[in-house]
Amino acid sequence: MEIPKSFLGFKRENGRAGTRNHVIILPVDDISNACAEAVANNIKGTIALPHSYGRLQFGADLELHFRTMIGTGSNPNVAAVIVIGIEPKWTKRIVDGIAKTGKPVEGFHIERTGDIGTVMKASKKAQEFVMWASEKQREECPISDLWISVKCGESDTTSGLAANPTVGNLMDKLEPLGVHLCFGETSELTGAEKVCATRGATKEASDKFMKTWSSYNDFILKEATDDLSESQPTAGNIAGGLTTIEEKAFGNFQKIGNCKFVDVLEPAEEPKKGKGLYFMDTSSAAAECVTLQAAAGFNIHLFPTGQGNIVGNPIEPVIKLTANPLTVKTMGEHIDCDVSKILSREMNMSQAGDELIKTTLKVANGRLTCAEALGHREFVMTKLYRSA
Amino acid sequence: MATDIIIHDQKDNVGVIVVEKITPKQDCSCWIMENDSTVNIQSVDEIPLGHKIAMTDLKEGDTILKYGHDIGKVVKSIKKGEHVHVHNVKTKKW
Repeated sequence: MEIPKSFLGFKRENGRAGTRNHVIILPVDDISNACAEAVANNIKGTIALPHSYGRLQFGADLELHFRTMIGTGSNPNVAAVIVIGIEPKWTKRIVDGIAKTGKPVEGFHIERTGDIGTVMKASKKAQEFVMWASEKQREECPISDLWISVKCGESDTTSGLAANPTVGNLMDKLEPLGVHLCFGETSELTGAEKVCATRGATKEASDKFMKTWSSYNDFILKEATDDLSESQPTAGNIAGGLTTIEEKAFGNFQKIGNCKFVDVLEPAEEPKKGKGLYFMDTSSAAAECVTLQAAAGFNIHLFPTGQGNIVGNPIEPVIKLTANPLTVKTMGEHIDCDVSKILSREMNMSQAGDELIKTTLKVANGRLTCAEALGHREFVMTKLYRSA
Repeated sequence: MATDIIIHDQKDNVGVIVVEKITPKQDCSCWIMENDSTVNIQSVDEIPLGHKIAMTDLKEGDTILKYGHDIGKVVKSIKKGEHVHVHNVKTKKW
């Protein structure tokens, strides 16, 4: 198959391109959710991104909070942003961070105004933003403007056998075209960590990966009452035929094909070393991982599943693929790309990769994902430790 | 072409059952994905969907290869065609 060289995206002020054109209402903290949701309810075509945190955090955990907030607002799938927080200082810090992209952003704080006054002021600005954004047209963008993140979930043996290698096949085909790619799930790589480290494009990248993984492993050894041997693989994994943690990890690892990673990113950190594959230190919980990847600027997500994870994200479209025919049959409304014919050998890996590329471009051009049509907007902040 | 077993990498010494189950003494068709070739094997055990079959005789201490990688060690000798799982293979991690 000849791979299309372009897609129809929304060009942004900073040179990036979006696959979506959202106007978001971003609460700085948990207690500003009500205001943000009221504004989104008033002004059609906007979406609020409520979450649970943003108060009394400190240190690296607070930095991650700001990085996730600013990164989410800065994502090219977002046309304009309203930021609402309880206090002026943190609200302004997020507004200033997003403003560096050149996109319209305005902040409102609730102290000394109250919810009702804030909702009124923010709604007026949100209306202005959404009507402005609605004039934006899709334009031809080079395929290298795609920043593709990947993460698998509810995996079973069909994931490692077929769905994950399909993603790997797509990566092998798209990487030479200059796209950005990202995989994460530090914990799920346990068992394959040494082989994963050899996939660093440079010694520096390999060393950084081992350092990141070891730090995670040390945390597990310190916090856990026993090692992972009782929980990895899970009882469900074993019933499905997975024998060891290594087998599970290598199944997961199929998602990156033969690509090498150019750098290792902190959670929600924007890649800075140009095109190619990046590893991000993330949780393996689906919504947390995708939220971090979206905050790093990734504009389209591929999610292979076995038993049928249903996750979505408010700003980054999440494409589901599965090779499990039973999942297609029983949960078809969640599956964007069916590669179950691999198991019956009616489809080879290259054909499956091509199918996924076609689906990815359709979604990049504007076709809704199943998760979008079904209203999945899971926005889940990663928290590193308890608040003060 | 119908296939009963999928093998990822030519180096692999196990394959994965992709039909509901295989029964003892069944002649099975295996698809090696890496080079799109076919090999055949006769099963010894009944093995369910998603579980692994030994493609060769394996003795205690041998390494199991899947995806071309080391996924654990044999703790009880396994004959070609037998079921490979937690009863005869363990992680090398712990």
